[in-house]
Amino acid sequence: MTTFPIEKIRADFPILQEKIRNKPLVYLDNAASCQKPQQVIDSIVHLYSHEYANVHRGVHALSVKATDRYEGAREKVKDFINAQSTKEIVFVRGATEAINLIAQTFGKTNIKAGDEILITAMEHHSNIVPWQMLCKETGAILKVAPINLQGELVYAELEKLITDKTKLIAVVHMSNALGTINPVKKIIAAAKARNIAVLLDGAQAIPHMPVDVQALGCDFYVFSGHKLYAPSGIGVMYGKQALLEAMPPYQGGGDMIRKVTFAETEYNVLPYKFEAGTPSIADVVGLGAAIDYLNVIGMDNVAAYEAELLAYATEKAKQIKGLRLIGEAQEKGAILSFVLDKIHPHDIGTMLDSLGIAIRAGHHCAMPVMDFFEVPATARASFAMYNTKDEIDVLINGIEDLIKIFG
Amino acid sequence: MFDDLRDLYQEVIFDHNRNPRNFHVMEDADRKVEGFNPLCGDRLTLFLKLDGDKITDASFQGSGCAISTASVSLMTEIVKGKTESEAEDLFQKFHQMTTGKEEEVNLEAIGKLAVLAGVREYPARVKCATLAWHTLDAALKNEQESISTE
Ligand SMILES: Cc1ncc(COP(=O)(O)O)c(C=O)c1O
Repeated sequence: MTTFPIEKIRADFPILQEKIRNKPLVYLDNAASCQKPQQVIDSIVHLYSHEYANVHRGVHALSVKATDRYEGAREKVKDFINAQSTKEIVFVRGATEAINLIAQTFGKTNIKAGDEILITAMEHHSNIVPWQMLCKETGAILKVAPINLQGELVYAELEKLITDKTKLIAVVHMSNALGTINPVKKIIAAAKARNIAVLLDGAQAIPHMPVDVQALGCDFYVFSGHKLYAPSGIGVMYGKQALLEAMPPYQGGGDMIRKVTFAETEYNVLPYKFEAGTPSIADVVGLGAAIDYLNVIGMDNVAAYEAELLAYATEKAKQIKGLRLIGEAQEKGAILSFVLDKIHPHDIGTMLDSLGIAIRAGHHCAMPVMDFFEVPATARASFAMYNTKDEIDVLINGIEDLIKIFG
Repeated sequence: MFDDLRDLYQEVIFDHNRNPRNFHVMEDADRKVEGFNPLCGDRLTLFLKLDGDKITDASFQGSGCAISTASVSLMTEIVKGKTESEAEDLFQKFHQMTTGKEEEVNLEAIGKLAVLAGVREYPARVKCATLAWHTLDAALKNEQESISTE
């Protein structure tokens, strides 16, 4: 662990050399989206320069090459999350699209009036709104398991909310607003005992820890590439093969069909059934390159390094008078959400920005979490594997200075 | 420290943020309208007392960032005694100042409000400064629902 190659990693991310407002960039908005290593950027340039054509439809050499790259990336994703088969890896635009896909296909066929969908009080809007829409359409009921003042799921309450009517439990693996890592194994075990499907929103978890969908046993796992050092516009819906087979397609069009006549259409096999139209080919290739990059470092090492960063930042933050941490779960990823006495998060954001520090100020697409903690918004520093303790010092000094100025 | 921000966070803004003026509920208000900026979570309630088309009193409640608090505090001061059309005119000028080109803005015409001119350089913060005025606009037009700058 002492050998985490931080210098080399930082050198791989060209944007980290940027000056922002004449100061070295301290990028701490990784939970919103993280930066890309040269290897990912190069993979896209290389594809467009040498290997680009549409996929799955040409006999010509370039199309074959592009298809190889595209399907090669699917293989990498499959290995990265340890899915059983590439049939279970569906490329989508991101976590949001993945959840909407599941709601509109799995949801519409399996969830009826009076059935229940169980989520938690710390979900991102993308794991709330698609279910509300489905409930409106079907007459199903959305139930919400509470959190406590540490920002942890109250597991006992979640368990009590599971009934004979529960058809799906959709839970964030790691919260973007609080950093909380949920006890997903326990949740999945409870759900399996009652034959209930489980969806994990892995948008935040995936860049911070090893994820093994078979070991977890979840039915669906969704994430976005842009939070995993890959391009924006690409994401993954993992689903167990048997479930995906039984689900109707999401969108109709090219690629998702096997045979079309005006009388009827025969759908393509998995995973193509869910990939209508020309996909975001270069972004998929970029996602594959990001996974290659992470595999060299090792997700265990990333997790251990970031745990050190979080512990360091937490300890320093706690010493600041007037700072209140929002989210102090026992199990927590590298996110520091906080508020300051009498200083609005937006002012914190602008002040830190003038020092070259990028954080997020706002509700983090989790308005119910803000309501629970009775704050209009929080300031959030979220760390990635390329951040350092020196950068945390810059952040902490910046916070201390702005408190003085507002004083 | 924070020298780059001196144009945005002028001392007057800190002052109004620490000690907002006209910061109270008005029980006998003729108009009461809520303003909300969902992006920031800024929320304010504006109260107006009218005599014909004259604004005789203005106050507010709510919580927001320093920019939005100072903006609404300054606004409640400046619109007192103004007619509706004078207030609308100020709103137009204020809007111009916060979003328009520098050379086109007559800072003298808007007096104290000029301390907020700095937001022009911070597009993400313009809405903080204009929320108060959008809310006033709605109040004068007698729109009862809460208004939002999104
Ligand atoms: C926990 C969580 N879920 C879902 C999403 C949605 O991801 P995207 O906007 O990439 O679809 C995010 C992104 O902020 C997130 O943090």
